[in-house]
Amino acid sequence: MTLEQLMFYGLGAVGIGSGLLVVTRRNPVMSALSLVLNFFCLAGLYLTLNAQFIAVIQIIVYAGAIMVLFLFVIMLLNLRDERALSDRLSARKIIGAGLAFGLLLQVLYILMSAADGFPQKDEALAVSTGTVEVIGVQLFTTFLFPFEITSLLLTAAIVGAVLLAKKKLD
Amino acid sequence: MLTYTDFLLAMPLFSLTVTVLLIIATEAARVGRARFSQFLAITGLLVTSLLAGLNLRESGVAFQGMIATDAASSYLTILLSLAGIVTALVARPYFEHRDAHRGEFYILLLFAIIGMVLMASANDLITLFLGIELMSFCLYVLAGFERTKDKQNESALKYFLLGAFASAFLLYGIALIYGSVGSTNLDAIARAYAGISNQPLFLLGTAMLIVGLGFKVAAVPFHMWAPDVYEGAPTVVTGFMATAGKSAAFAALAIVMIRTFDIGGSTTADVLALLAAASMVLGNVVAIAQTNLKRMLAYSSVAHAGYLLAGVAAGTAEGFAGVFLYLTAYTVTTLGAFAVIGWHERTNDEGTSLDDYVGLSQHQPVIAAVMALYMFSLTGIPPFAGFIGKYYVFMAAVRADLTWLAIVGVLTSAVSAFYYLRVIVMMYFRERDGEHIPLPRIPVMIALGITAALVIVVGVLPSTVLQLFMPAM
Repeated sequence: MTLEQLMFYGLGAVGIGSGLLVVTRRNPVMSALSLVLNFFCLAGLYLTLNAQFIAVIQIIVYAGAIMVLFLFVIMLLNLRDERALSDRLSARKIIGAGLAFGLLLQVLYILMSAADGFPQKDEALAVSTGTVEVIGVQLFTTFLFPFEITSLLLTAAIVGAVLLAKKKLD
Repeated sequence: MLTYTDFLLAMPLFSLTVTVLLIIATEAARVGRARFSQFLAITGLLVTSLLAGLNLRESGVAFQGMIATDAASSYLTILLSLAGIVTALVARPYFEHRDAHRGEFYILLLFAIIGMVLMASANDLITLFLGIELMSFCLYVLAGFERTKDKQNESALKYFLLGAFASAFLLYGIALIYGSVGSTNLDAIARAYAGISNQPLFLLGTAMLIVGLGFKVAAVPFHMWAPDVYEGAPTVVTGFMATAGKSAAFAALAIVMIRTFDIGGSTTADVLALLAAASMVLGNVVAIAQTNLKRMLAYSSVAHAGYLLAGVAAGTAEGFAGVFLYLTAYTVTTLGAFAVIGWHERTNDEGTSLDDYVGLSQHQPVIAAVMALYMFSLTGIPPFAGFIGKYYVFMAAVRADLTWLAIVGVLTSAVSAFYYLRVIVMMYFRERDGEHIPLPRIPVMIALGITAALVIVVGVLPSTVLQLFMPAM
């Protein structure tokens, strides 16, 4: 077994384990923390595929920003009696199950469409597309325009947020 | 490499961006009051429409194929700037009356217009998505502009939550289309379309795109948010998002479905035709039961989304022209109608119900006449703009073998006459017992004059308007 395979199986096993913990834990904070662990494993898997940029983004954005937001919301909602969540809301559960099933079908579809074997990992191609440097060059050449529009989007969001959240205007 | 042409084609976008940054700077430095921001916004929008007018006969892609400027996108830029000018004109009296006139309104208004112009000139799904988000962010905030009013908070929150949900659909659809084509560029998708149009992955992506854009245009069954949000938001904002927001979303829908996908006669076109029929029927029938004018126009805007979808479902160049002509007619008419409602509305949010308009013609005959003009145009009575729009859209549907859809459209238009003409009956054939409302201030009068004149001009000279955005037709 090569080191790469070892990494893959190790990270995969921890990832699946933490994923199971997310849905089985009764305590929502435990679920959220398990999800963070899951995200870290995923980031590790991206690294083995030479996708440094996505790996870093996975940690900064998902494990960092989004999960912190999740935890804040959980703590703000103060879900002491999580039993209330698990007993009722059957309609929502059905929708949730439907969505999960849809995602499963999608993954199966991708697996089926690659039934004649997955393409072999192409080291050179992976290095030429996944590194921070390559993505940075793309961002400032081909995608310069959308990149600049994003700055407008953020400015508009700041103006809107200040307007809505500022305690006293003038 | 970027060349001089890239910047030339994107000139309207630059002038809008410069204007909005200028307003932010003057607001931050407290150089002028909100009035100065209004002045800057209107000037910037005038310059933008001028620049877009210069681009009417240009066409080409800019910034590595991210945006495409042509007659249609330049024309829509002018229309959106016009909607912005009219909104800015009526906003000051409206908000000053409520003690809520702030410069931020114009910043968000201009940012929203930048997003809309991006949607109309997008040549890449990424640009399209960013445009939609930029527009939506601003509209979410504008819907709750007067922060202390519960109704507006409810409206903004509802719009935000459902809008974020729709954006997720849209983004997922874009991802799936990218997965099946290998590119987000609309030209590349158009080239690959014939080969992949029946792939499940691509169809799923298209379906999600329709869900996302269907929400933005408020087509049945994605219209649930519209009545509550339209009713709760400040009336000037409602007018703006019902017209400019819908125009931009329909321009994006027409560009993707007709120009890029070439859906004519496909299953996708059938799905759009079904949505169109459902929107026309539900919008018009439920509008009959409304007693609040803002809510009535919200359902009417759902119905108009149905008529417009009929043009998209036709999937032909004729349908494309019909959609743009209809958008012009709908935008000028509805903007005017909301300007009247905004003037008639009291500061405690009363005065928007149908009963409040009883006998309006007796003490404000001019305003009542203008409102009647808008109502005739919305019904689709010649020679006003609304008739011409419907004529072109239904004609395109018939030519594309969607005769049944055109019949549904004509029948539901007849139904719509009931509630539009009811407003006129209320204003003209009942005795006034309500309070006296003073004449609107000059800016509102100017806005009413512009829209009323355009309702007639578009209705009488449709071919001139058509030539602006369809030089070949």
